[in-house]
Amino acid sequence: MNRRNFLRNTGFVAAGSLFVPAFMKPLEAMALDELSLYKNLVVVQLSGGNDGLNTVVPFGNDIYYQKRKGIAIKPEEVIKLNDMQGLNPNMQALQEIYDHGWMTIINDVGYPNPDRSHFRSMDIWQTGSDSNQFLSTGWIGRYLDSNCQTCKFPYTAIEVDDSLSLAMKGQTKKGMAVKDPAALYRNTNEPFFKAVLKSDKEHLDEDNLGYLYKTMIETQSSASYIQNTSKIYQSKSTYPQSGFANQLKTVSKFISSGLKTRVYYVSLSGFDTHVNQINQQGNLLKQYSEGMAAFLKDLKSNNKLEDTLVVTFSEFGRRVEQNASNGTDHGTANNMFVFGGRLKKQGIFNSAPNLSDLDTGDLKYQLDFRQVYGTILDKWLDVNNADILNKKFNTLDFI
Amino acid sequence: MSAKDNFIKVKHLYNRAGFGISYPDLNKLSKKNINKVVDGLLQEPSKDGAITLANDFESRRQMLVQAGLYAKKDPTDDEKKMRREIVQMQNAVSRDLNIAWVSKMINTDSPLQEKMTLFWHGHFACRNSNPMYAQQLNNIQRQHGLGSFRMLLLEVSKSPAMLQYLNNQQNKKGKPNENFARELMELFTLGRGNYTENDIKESARAFTGWTYDKDGTFFFRKNQHDDGTKTFFGKIGNFEGENIIDIILDKPETATFISRKIYKFFVNDTPNEEHVKELANHFYNAKYDISEMMRKLFTADWFYSPENVGTKIKSPAEFLIGLSREFFVTYNKPQVLIQLQSSLGQYLFNPPNVAGWPGGQSWIDSSSLMLRMRIPSLVLNDGEIDFSGKADPEDEAVIAMSRTATTMANNTKKPKTYVNAQADWPKFLDTLPKELTPVELTEFLLQPKLNNKITRMVADNKGLRSTAIEITSMPEYQLC
Repeated sequence: MNRRNFLRNTGFVAAGSLFVPAFMKPLEAMALDELSLYKNLVVVQLSGGNDGLNTVVPFGNDIYYQKRKGIAIKPEEVIKLNDMQGLNPNMQALQEIYDHGWMTIINDVGYPNPDRSHFRSMDIWQTGSDSNQFLSTGWIGRYLDSNCQTCKFPYTAIEVDDSLSLAMKGQTKKGMAVKDPAALYRNTNEPFFKAVLKSDKEHLDEDNLGYLYKTMIETQSSASYIQNTSKIYQSKSTYPQSGFANQLKTVSKFISSGLKTRVYYVSLSGFDTHVNQINQQGNLLKQYSEGMAAFLKDLKSNNKLEDTLVVTFSEFGRRVEQNASNGTDHGTANNMFVFGGRLKKQGIFNSAPNLSDLDTGDLKYQLDFRQVYGTILDKWLDVNNADILNKKFNTLDFI
Repeated sequence: MSAKDNFIKVKHLYNRAGFGISYPDLNKLSKKNINKVVDGLLQEPSKDGAITLANDFESRRQMLVQAGLYAKKDPTDDEKKMRREIVQMQNAVSRDLNIAWVSKMINTDSPLQEKMTLFWHGHFACRNSNPMYAQQLNNIQRQHGLGSFRMLLLEVSKSPAMLQYLNNQQNKKGKPNENFARELMELFTLGRGNYTENDIKESARAFTGWTYDKDGTFFFRKNQHDDGTKTFFGKIGNFEGENIIDIILDKPETATFISRKIYKFFVNDTPNEEHVKELANHFYNAKYDISEMMRKLFTADWFYSPENVGTKIKSPAEFLIGLSREFFVTYNKPQVLIQLQSSLGQYLFNPPNVAGWPGGQSWIDSSSLMLRMRIPSLVLNDGEIDFSGKADPEDEAVIAMSRTATTMANNTKKPKTYVNAQADWPKFLDTLPKELTPVELTEFLLQPKLNNKITRMVADNKGLRSTAIEITSMPEYQLC
């Protein structure tokens, strides 16, 4: 089935026009893409607790050099952004991005009573909970649950992976994990799969069996939609050879082919650098930066950078003082990166970490991570952040 | 009652109270009164079924060496290497422990005992990187899983695994850590809304000094214990931890909270509050005897009513264990069981947090459902698997330590692996009556009632083997 047929058959075009606010009606002849109703959000997760202080280096602060005698980045190696902070030399690829004004660095993001367990802290970041609260749904999942104008489809949120993260699971709706759209398409078009689904209206109740069938049907139709929409697109950009860059390449393919997906989720792991950190983290930051730079330039060349916002987080930063193994142990507040073509505040968003005012050796947070989420929800995904985060968070003006 | 009705009842009972039932056992038990069958289930676990994989002596030796190594300010390279090796050994034993329990559930003669262990594993959810502690807690949950809830709660509260996980080591006189006291009430007994912040503060003081020694045995440190007067739920006294637990058990809200959770696990995701109340009253009056609550549940009429049969989504553990048990599956590379648990979202011994796995529809998303539907052909037909899943956050340090692992984790092309498992088809087919038709086999394997579509799909099937693979790959097989 070609794309046009698919759109007609699913009533997609009709549904799409409902999104157009009344005052814009005269414009409805315009393609949806041109109206930019599909702003995209890409969430990048760095798993293991990235050491923020060796990522955005406070080279202007002597305390940094005193506390990290074995692993500090020398001032002459730092890619300087201002008098105080600069990027790890392995992030060379991002300098150009930064200079274009496509990058914002938010310092000291965290939450009250931080937890130093990977698992628990990741749980907190993915669900958007308080540190003594246990939520079984993710923040993006609850955005899907809110059933807003822009998040109706089962493919509204896609994680480029084999399995789905908690962040993407809501109570009634969940994102999809799609690593290889062609393979998913093949699997949902196997004769057996089709036979199971054939003429099966009787199961579409609200019960668990109905839920299973509904999930199957949505998977099948989404797989077809994703495959048929994206297969025609061929990227002209070159990406570095890494699994991470490959995930981003898939995201770019989806965005550039006009997939009506709003949230993408990718991750890069291995940041738990307790031992001999310099090479290990350097290697990962290089993969990260080169992948991101290729991705952002690819989006730019497809005129999609304006409609895309990328946000990077890790479950915690690391302690200010290095350990005895030339590594760092689990810490608290950390920097976050935001990328996009329409950033309101470019460059460094807030003041550098205060290394002389620590909480038992850890950075104090300046901003709650849910203020960052809240800002994205309010200003980019057009929902009220209190509905998703269970209380209202003040927004920031990076977008 | 007709034999056919009893056949369905017993099958339902064994799907919920255990991990399914073989055809001959089902046939035999169907001839009995259902109350007698329930008695049988409850009587089974007489022998001690403890897992003894993590060797106490070896684990203790490692812990002592480890404690010594971590105490060093400037360890030599050799000492650092030793530290890493111990962590790696512990991780390997933790994986073996996981596989040992899964194998136990697959092969057990006491299905209810293991099912209860699985329930308490999720209720008293805990992660501990020390396999000896994890094993200890698992054995406590098995030993007391059908006994007195008071004993179970006490033993869990005194286990090194839980004391460490909920930071009670840091709970000291004058510097209380409230983590354990909070979860004790919020998640283990009363549930939210049935206590105040002040109750948490005061009870935390009563648990000061509850710790364990370097041998992994509970130890009450008197000099860290706050023996002052505490006010807890309006009562004033010199309460110790045991007193706090007794006051909590005195409150019927605890019986209700546990009963509701049991109901959601064994009966229906959506609790019927009238049935929960019935169960809770019985549990409370039986002085928190877990067997008595389970007997009440399994003999209640409502347990067998249509809205509760074939309507619950199997947890990944129930799904994998049921399938492996039914078809006598041997895993030549048992590690794959861990990969499957993790990809399906229930990596045993690694719950998402102290609240356990949320269960119900949260097990199912498009990728986990697609994988579930493919697993029968992978496991029963020795198929190839082409997913790799995510790294567990706790494995990040291991990933970071080995460069090659990182390259692997982020590599574009991952090696494909075979599940490398064998079903014992002759043995399975031998359990079935000679004249059994594909439709009858389907009726046996599925818990939801047959519908026209499925009947049509299998009616023309020639073999029972292909029918079995087909049926276990269906959405209906995800329900129990």
